[in-house]
Amino acid sequence: MTPAPTPAPGAATAPAAPPPPPAGRRALRAGPVSWTWRPRTAAVALLVCAALAGLFVRALTAFDDYPMGAADVLAVLAGGGDGGERFVVMELRMPRALTGALVGAGLGLSGAILQGVARNPLASPDTLGIGWGASVGAVLVIVLGGSAGGVSGAAAQFGVPAGAVVGGLAAAVAVFGLSWRAGVSSTRLLLVGVAVSLMCANLVYWAMTWSDLQDAARAQTWVTGSLHAADWERVGTAAAALAVLLPVALAAAATVAALGLGDDAARGLGVRVDAARLVLLTCAALLVCAATAAAGPITFVALAAPQIALRLCGTAQPPPLTSALTGAALTLGADQLAAGLFAPTQLPVGVFTAVLGAPFLMYLIILRHREARL
Amino acid sequence: MTTDRSPSPTGPEGPGPRLRAEGATLGYGETVVTRDLDFAVADGAVTSIIGPNGCGKSTLLRALGRLLRPRSGQVLLDGRPIARTPPRQVARTVAVLPQAPLAPPGLTVGDLVMRGRHPHQSWYRQWSSSDAGEVARALEMTGMAGFAERPLERLSGGQRQRAWISMALAQGTDLLLLDEPTTYLDLAHQIEVLELVRALNRDHGRTVVMVLHDLNLAGRYSDLLVAMRDGAVRASGAPGEVLTPDLVAETFGLECKVVPDPVSGSPLVVPVGVRTEEG
Repeated sequence: MTPAPTPAPGAATAPAAPPPPPAGRRALRAGPVSWTWRPRTAAVALLVCAALAGLFVRALTAFDDYPMGAADVLAVLAGGGDGGERFVVMELRMPRALTGALVGAGLGLSGAILQGVARNPLASPDTLGIGWGASVGAVLVIVLGGSAGGVSGAAAQFGVPAGAVVGGLAAAVAVFGLSWRAGVSSTRLLLVGVAVSLMCANLVYWAMTWSDLQDAARAQTWVTGSLHAADWERVGTAAAALAVLLPVALAAAATVAALGLGDDAARGLGVRVDAARLVLLTCAALLVCAATAAAGPITFVALAAPQIALRLCGTAQPPPLTSALTGAALTLGADQLAAGLFAPTQLPVGVFTAVLGAPFLMYLIILRHREARL
Repeated sequence: MTTDRSPSPTGPEGPGPRLRAEGATLGYGETVVTRDLDFAVADGAVTSIIGPNGCGKSTLLRALGRLLRPRSGQVLLDGRPIARTPPRQVARTVAVLPQAPLAPPGLTVGDLVMRGRHPHQSWYRQWSSSDAGEVARALEMTGMAGFAERPLERLSGGQRQRAWISMALAQGTDLLLLDEPTTYLDLAHQIEVLELVRALNRDHGRTVVMVLHDLNLAGRYSDLLVAMRDGAVRASGAPGEVLTPDLVAETFGLECKVVPDPVSGSPLVVPVGVRTEEG
């Protein structure tokens, strides 16, 4: 179409340079690639990265009471150190810190997607039953696999993640299937999600009563959401999921932004609403399943991280990358507090996030109530 | 708006109307709203669809904008059925502003208008120089350039509606479909939005179709009126031909007198009383 004759005095004096993007953004262009970024979001992301790096260093150097300072850890990382030191750093501290960060990032990202798609800050894998669905799958594998000869080898390596994926996806399908009436209303979605969560939580506890004491104890540790048993396999599970799904989520950020304007407006902008929602929800559910498989259900990180990131960045919808970073920092920080506060007793990180998260959930509900009355 | 009045550019190349419905049967769930409807959008004009509640005017607009898929029949855009055209391609030619769009709290005008460029973007091409130009122009055309950093909830009703129209304009389309753009606005803001619509048509050559409730405003700001009742088009033509006492009585069940508007000369419908439904 032909450019309209708009006699704007400012435009006439600077004909060559395109106008800068509005809404606190900067443009970034290189050949056919063009992008916008917000200085504020970038600054927040850098700050969160710095916090994450600090927490990571602390997790490697001062996590437990084994006396190893930064110099010793550096020596081990460089290939030195004795057997005990190598074991502490490479088999205990490093996998635990990496699992915590990766799981937290996955949860934060999945929360950002869910809150964007459901247009509701209360949407998260915790409130939508996906986390508990994944737990049902994983606990069934632990309990049934255990009575069939102990979870070991292939069953432990693939069975628990597979169970978590099947359970989480089944719960997601159930929640969205049950709340679908020619579109998804977020109130109905949350109500169905709470019902499915409760049902799945009770299934988990019921399944644990079938098992012998040893399996039940193992399932119990797992169900509280713990990084205690982190190993390199779990790091691999969480890293693989994030490596595949983070690019998908970042590429779909504009679609989530369009969906935030309502289904009709999104359709008007050329979004295939139903297909986009299906892809995004599957992506979010898979992230939760992978995180749950690696560390058990760590609650409230997926709820809180996107909301914290949104408030820090001052955006209208949760920024995906910053939410992931915030989730990672939250989980690492919570794990260190949970392990250190009541030392020598180590609280599972899931218990700790639940205790911290409950007041945050109430805060969000009160805030939303207040906004609705304005 | 400080734009000069250039002669209205007519619709682009190609014979016949660019957007039309052919034998469209439309509905939701079990309910059929319109059956076998033919409708053509007049290129280069402002058309308002009027009619009583539930007559199918919004349904028709939604079908024209690809928000609703016809049960049978089809909607053609430049001769191609839009149901079989990629949605992004449709969104580059037809912009739709739905009745009650949502804005996440804190969304700024600039952020909203940038989202109008979605059909032109891909994951690696999110802010080309044409995106920059179109967004700036869309803000300029609606007089919202000074409000780009303002959150939507801190605007007046009329400004907010102008922001949404900016988003639709940023799509850079020749056709603009507006579903009840004046609902919930007080009279001054209704006039503000309709003056903008007329300027978009006269000065910027946009073809506009809108659903309006107020007959007098529809008559004053439209080149063509389409009166619907019970899912069928009862009359269409210039406001003077459609807003007659007989047609208003037939369409709305409203007894009225029609006098010339003392300001614009367009027909002014003055209600006498509601007719009880005849059998």
